[in-house]
Amino acid sequence: MITFDDVVKVYPGGGTAVDHVSLELATGKTTVFVGPSGCGKTTSLRMINRMISPTSGRVLIDGKDVAGQDEALLRRGIGYVIQHAGLFPHRTVLDNVATVPVLLGKTRREAREAAMKLLERVGLAAEFAQRYPAQLSGGQQQRVGVARALAADPPIMLMDEPFSAVDPVVREGLHREFLRLQQELGKTIVMVTHDIDEAIKLGDEVVIFRQGGVVAQVGTPQELLADPADDFVAEFVGRDRGLRSLSFDTAAGLPVRPLPAELVVDDAGRPLGWKSADGVRPTGGTFTSADTLRLVADLAILSPVGIAVRVDADGVADGIAPHHDLADYLAARRS
Amino acid sequence: MNLSYLFDAAHWDFSTSGSIPQLLLSHIWYVFLALVIGTAIALPIGLYIGHTGRGSFIAINAGNAGRSLPTLGLLMLMVTLLGLGLLPVLIALTVLVIPPILTSAYAGLRSLDQRVVDAARGVGMRPWQVLTRVELPMALPVLMSGFRSAALQVVATATVAAAVGLGGLGRLLIDGLAVNDYSRVLAGAIVVAVLAVLLDLILALAQRWIISPGLRASR
Repeated sequence: MITFDDVVKVYPGGGTAVDHVSLELATGKTTVFVGPSGCGKTTSLRMINRMISPTSGRVLIDGKDVAGQDEALLRRGIGYVIQHAGLFPHRTVLDNVATVPVLLGKTRREAREAAMKLLERVGLAAEFAQRYPAQLSGGQQQRVGVARALAADPPIMLMDEPFSAVDPVVREGLHREFLRLQQELGKTIVMVTHDIDEAIKLGDEVVIFRQGGVVAQVGTPQELLADPADDFVAEFVGRDRGLRSLSFDTAAGLPVRPLPAELVVDDAGRPLGWKSADGVRPTGGTFTSADTLRLVADLAILSPVGIAVRVDADGVADGIAPHHDLADYLAARRS
Repeated sequence: MNLSYLFDAAHWDFSTSGSIPQLLLSHIWYVFLALVIGTAIALPIGLYIGHTGRGSFIAINAGNAGRSLPTLGLLMLMVTLLGLGLLPVLIALTVLVIPPILTSAYAGLRSLDQRVVDAARGVGMRPWQVLTRVELPMALPVLMSGFRSAALQVVATATVAAAVGLGGLGRLLIDGLAVNDYSRVLAGAIVVAVLAVLLDLILALAQRWIISPGLRASR
């Protein structure tokens, strides 16, 4: 567990970057610091591995104050990923990844063997190992950056805007990869971003900072969307938070109606479309009970008849959900 | 052009004192000493200033002041103070070598991508490791260009050693002028020029060898 105990950071020449922040970040979870620029989120992150020292207050890892620990040794035990990856341009991809194990006293050969496995783990082919960072795309560089941070298998990872320097399509892929990796590894991750959608997507817990280094609200993504503490948080979280909060629930509990005669299915029972005066109109997609309620809402809106079609694992239609049933279900759930 | 002195086989006999090979050897020796001493002084200072950012005015002013000092004048001053010998020559040449190396070491480190330096600290390198494993290798292209310009200057300027009675290729110039033997002067000028070109070539090859391909690589 990482603990912020009444932490303050004041820069000489005025300007409070972090203002009496107290937090507890759970082990094995992803905590995302999010807020507008100048809110102290990066300063807070960098106080965990002593890249910045607090003016007052303490930062503790598993109860031990980081201030009393050897800087270099502390940092070797904490993965560090930054924006633009910050790879060493004069070293090959493989040697970049092997950096921390070598610092920890591993032989170059051992470190390189471990690095090779990690490259695979972050989804980079072996052929990249001998290339230099300048020969990689931004997304590939960021993968190498993550591999470098993971190389010594640290229990904690700090990630400072790790995905903000890549284009949206690549970012989407990196997000998926991140969630898959985190499911496998279960690290204690602290991530900084200015993108609330990224925070909601990747965080188990989200800490929203406001200008002046004050924590505005701490909570799970669901809590922040459902119950913002004040106007600042509500505005920061965004207008369509009602719709987005549907992403956290599956359609498992949503009641469905039996298939109506208007739904055309093929011989196997897979939906083809809706009967209409000018032939069969496509359904626009289907959902399973494992999909999110957000998808169901989306399908109900897109459907030519305002009805989402549910299918089972084999793609066979087994029920329908008209948009008013979804609305009733959501209303009943809220009360 | 009269190349008779240069192509006279007698002047290339190593056993004769004052032959071209002997003068060349002593010339290279002065150049070598000045570069080694100058680098030993300028490189640590330049790296320190570049790494810490402290005292950058020294780097900038030393560069400018050093470049504007007349080497011959400085040499005469040193001879007046210290008497004849190798020492005053080395001091004068070393003063010439220091500014380009100091300035390039400083500029090389200052121009680095600070995010990479931040990452080096962040993964747990100690300050010394940040300097030797990240900053120095990344700054090598700039540093080497400073070293090459220092080497070229000192090859040309080491001819002043002859003005205070020492050897080196300057002998050919000064003695040739003294007896109006322009063929000898020309021989001296040509050998100095060839030496400069060869040295630069060798350093260029060394540069390819010691600078990481990653710093040249492009997408």
